[in-house]
Amino acid sequence: MSEQTLDARNLLCPLPVIKTQDRVENMKPGECLKIICTDHGAINDIPAWSRIYGHEILSIDEQEYEIVIKLIVGDK
Amino acid sequence: MTNNSDNNRERKAVALVSGGLDSMLAVRLIQEQGIHVEGINFFTGFCVEGHTHAIRKKDRDRPKRNNALWVAEQLGIKLHIIDISEDYKDIVINPKHGYGANLNPCLDCKGFMVHEALKWMQKHDFDFLITGEVMGQRPMSQRKDTMPVVSKESGAGDLLLRPLCARLLPETKPEQEGWVDRDQLLDISGRNRKPQMALAKKYGFTEYAQPAGGCCFLTDANYSSKLADLWQARGEKTYEIDDIVMLKVGRHLRPKPSFKLIIAREEGETNFLKGYRKKYISLNTISHSGPIALIDGETDSDDLELAARLVARFSSGRESEFVNVEIRQKNGESKNIDVVPFRADEIPQDWYV
Ligand code: SF4
Repeated sequence: MSEQTLDARNLLCPLPVIKTQDRVENMKPGECLKIICTDHGAINDIPAWSRIYGHEILSIDEQEYEIVIKLIVGDK
Repeated sequence: MTNNSDNNRERKAVALVSGGLDSMLAVRLIQEQGIHVEGINFFTGFCVEGHTHAIRKKDRDRPKRNNALWVAEQLGIKLHIIDISEDYKDIVINPKHGYGANLNPCLDCKGFMVHEALKWMQKHDFDFLITGEVMGQRPMSQRKDTMPVVSKESGAGDLLLRPLCARLLPETKPEQEGWVDRDQLLDISGRNRKPQMALAKKYGFTEYAQPAGGCCFLTDANYSSKLADLWQARGEKTYEIDDIVMLKVGRHLRPKPSFKLIIAREEGETNFLKGYRKKYISLNTISHSGPIALIDGETDSDDLELAARLVARFSSGRESEFVNVEIRQKNGESKNIDVVPFRADEIPQDWYV
């Protein structure tokens, strides 16, 4: 499965969501996006945004300062 | 002339969704009339969402969410979050209609947002715009005399419908064309929020955000005074996104017009500020535990020593004879100096921004 990475470190919400939204717009259904961020708000916001658009959250890995979220782009 | 098939097609409205109750109600009212609604939320850089909450470690445990996204999910609508922060600078710096009680340019801001929403509407082939505005609710942008200004200056004209107070305003195109039934729209006015609460109850909205003063930091007096200080120190009204983010982080002390220090107040802020060490000169205490600090502005070596003494004051070595402080340039080069920490009574109150 092709995977892309989005570096959203040091961006405050809602910027990680905006960057995710813009990136996903140019991706195909089934592709995987790995988002690395430092704003812990993204743990709620990126899944909420994904639910609205039907993208699937594969994993959320919360470390001390960084969070890695993987999502699979849903049908558009 | 519109033909029949065009008349019968499903109409689409784009709603300005702030995340508060009013826009939530406005969307629901219009959805009830069989209109397809999608939301737009603008990122200006001053939005109350995010910012500080995420930085301070102690705030992390509080449930936090982006209210606009949450509202969209409750309503079952798509939400498009649009970054307008670059163009928005001109609104904050030169508002044609001036500021409200603080540095909030509400009337210009509303006009600009509706204008941007109108552009989105046209591009995506939607039919009209809705907002959750209530007449007389906000002192600047939601008055009987200023609401038409927003319609006019945004270019939206009669395509802008405010479902919560539409019956107090002239008929708009969606009403004239019969896309929505004016009789089912409302006539709420004033600052009393009882009608909105009753409506929320009717729709089963039990949990919602109630922004106190407004939807952004510009309505906050402390925040505005820090922004005013920044402009005064620079001798011109300009800012970058990093500047306005920094205004929410740490303690700000301005010992001289030419520079200020941003000192982390706790671990979460320390980590956040560390991410900016390539953009600002940074200081941190070596001999004692203490916060990181960034310097915003121009400094000479005397200024750096003064800054180091201030940082030492906020470290665990504040009572020590000397504190060793590392001063790190943006390119990573650093040098260490021993300084005498400031005593609390040596720091003039007016250094605190
Ligand atoms: S409170 Fe802020 S975002 Fe809301 S209208 Fe006023 S300036 Fe604009």
